[in-house]
Amino acid sequence: MMFAASGQNDKDRRIQQLYFVLFGIMTLLLVLPVLIILTTLVVKGGPALSIDFLFTKPTNGMTAGGIFPALLGTIWLVLVALLFSVPLGVAAAIYLSEYAPENVFTRIINLAIINLAGVPSIVHALFGVGAFVIFFRFGTSILAASLTLGIMTLPVVIVATRESLQAVPQAFREACWNMGATRWQTIRRVVLPNAVTGILTGIILEVSRTAGETAPIMFTGAAFFLPFLPQGVLDQTMALSLHLFVVSTQVPDMPEHLPFGVALVLIGIVLIMNSVSIALRMYLRGKKKW
Amino acid sequence: MWKGVLAEFATQESNAAPAAIRTRDLNLWYGTFQALFDINLNVRNGIITSLIGPSGCGKSTFLRSVNRINERLGYVRIAGSIDVMGNNIFAPDVELLQVRKQVGMVFQRPNPLPLSIRDNVLFGHRLHEANKAAENDVVEKALREVLLWDKVKDRLNQPAIGLSLEEQQKLCIARLLPVKPRVLLMDEPCSALDPKGTEAVEELIWELRGDYTILIVTHNMAQARRASEECVFMLMGKVVEHTATDTMFVTPENKETADYIEGRYG
Repeated sequence: MMFAASGQNDKDRRIQQLYFVLFGIMTLLLVLPVLIILTTLVVKGGPALSIDFLFTKPTNGMTAGGIFPALLGTIWLVLVALLFSVPLGVAAAIYLSEYAPENVFTRIINLAIINLAGVPSIVHALFGVGAFVIFFRFGTSILAASLTLGIMTLPVVIVATRESLQAVPQAFREACWNMGATRWQTIRRVVLPNAVTGILTGIILEVSRTAGETAPIMFTGAAFFLPFLPQGVLDQTMALSLHLFVVSTQVPDMPEHLPFGVALVLIGIVLIMNSVSIALRMYLRGKKKW
Repeated sequence: MWKGVLAEFATQESNAAPAAIRTRDLNLWYGTFQALFDINLNVRNGIITSLIGPSGCGKSTFLRSVNRINERLGYVRIAGSIDVMGNNIFAPDVELLQVRKQVGMVFQRPNPLPLSIRDNVLFGHRLHEANKAAENDVVEKALREVLLWDKVKDRLNQPAIGLSLEEQQKLCIARLLPVKPRVLLMDEPCSALDPKGTEAVEELIWELRGDYTILIVTHNMAQARRASEECVFMLMGKVVEHTATDTMFVTPENKETADYIEGRYG
């Protein structure tokens, strides 16, 4: 019989099954912590959630009431950080992808961007204190904290933008150049419109990253507790991530459900943002025509 | 025999006629690799000239020098001169965009932009002119010129990517026309097409001669023979032979040309 299994076949198949099971278990182990964290948060923090929890101030030494100032503060911090890092990051990525010649200088810049992404957030925090709080005299403020966050998340924007620019086929650019389009006309009319979806998803990912950071804002603009809401970018603010740290570790007699509730809101924001990013990417990929 | 003599005569006369593309001692290097050696070529105005030769002989490199799109690769070095319609394209006061406008290029793979048919045709026009009122006329004229108007006039606002490859390639030619080029460079414009598409595009190229000077790179001997009036045979970065197409395919002067045409290498 020409196609009968040989002994070697059986051995190969057993090894193949072994690896299949092994890798399957590894993957499961990867998902398990996420599932455990999420279910714990939902079970323990779920009861704390209510409209009031989201939209009232903390009371009674933060052991009761809601998280509105922290929620609002996080939104402030994220928006101001985006205002700074998105134009800068997108412009830098356009330069690097569309204009920059391939030389030592460009390679150094790219290396710097990779390294910027690897700098520990506490180092960014101290840089923020030195540069924005003290040198530029912004004081501990939303502005200083957001700029610190913005610098920290710049690599996310730059890398996402550059990747989506480079995903636009070179043939489109050549077509434009051969009709006498300048580089900028080419970018403006063809490259950017076809890259904008990738850039958007990058920005949304940056939002979720920015919202969760604690260290960079601790010394630069976020406060443990404030009796008032921020009125402008030079005010201090509360923030969800720091608030979570405070209610978990710094306040005695804290009811258990409250920190879990804060954590649930924080992780909810991050997960929603990531889902929006993924959904947007899938939707727009479906619409792509090349 | 008479045919050969007549063709010879035509070529001699052509040397006196004004050249659309005229190169003098053109040498080109990619880094340290020399791709073109002392190219001296007169491409006659208003006719179709085909560039043939084995892969890597420099025909595409030459083509891509004529609108200076090669220079985008930072490591290209060029010596010698290329005149297009009597003007040196390497002169210091030359505006690269003007060169690209005057010398259009059609690529091997049709590369319509991810826009509607109409917007593809108008892309170049809109870059250089703000005249909105003329747009409908521009679209119709360009599409008529490439024999596409009757097929697409009812779906101008549909994405160009929905056209067949043959139609896409015609569209890619059509969108060059509103910027009024003098020379059209074509880099194996039919190699992505099926035989029927090839025939249709060849027919179009034949129609366009006279209004435009056309320089076409092809691997396809039969195509060179059918669809060009003069033929340049290149080998190892040098021009081996440049004569009327009929002459080259009947009585080639050089042994290399004869061997290549007869398919002994390639």
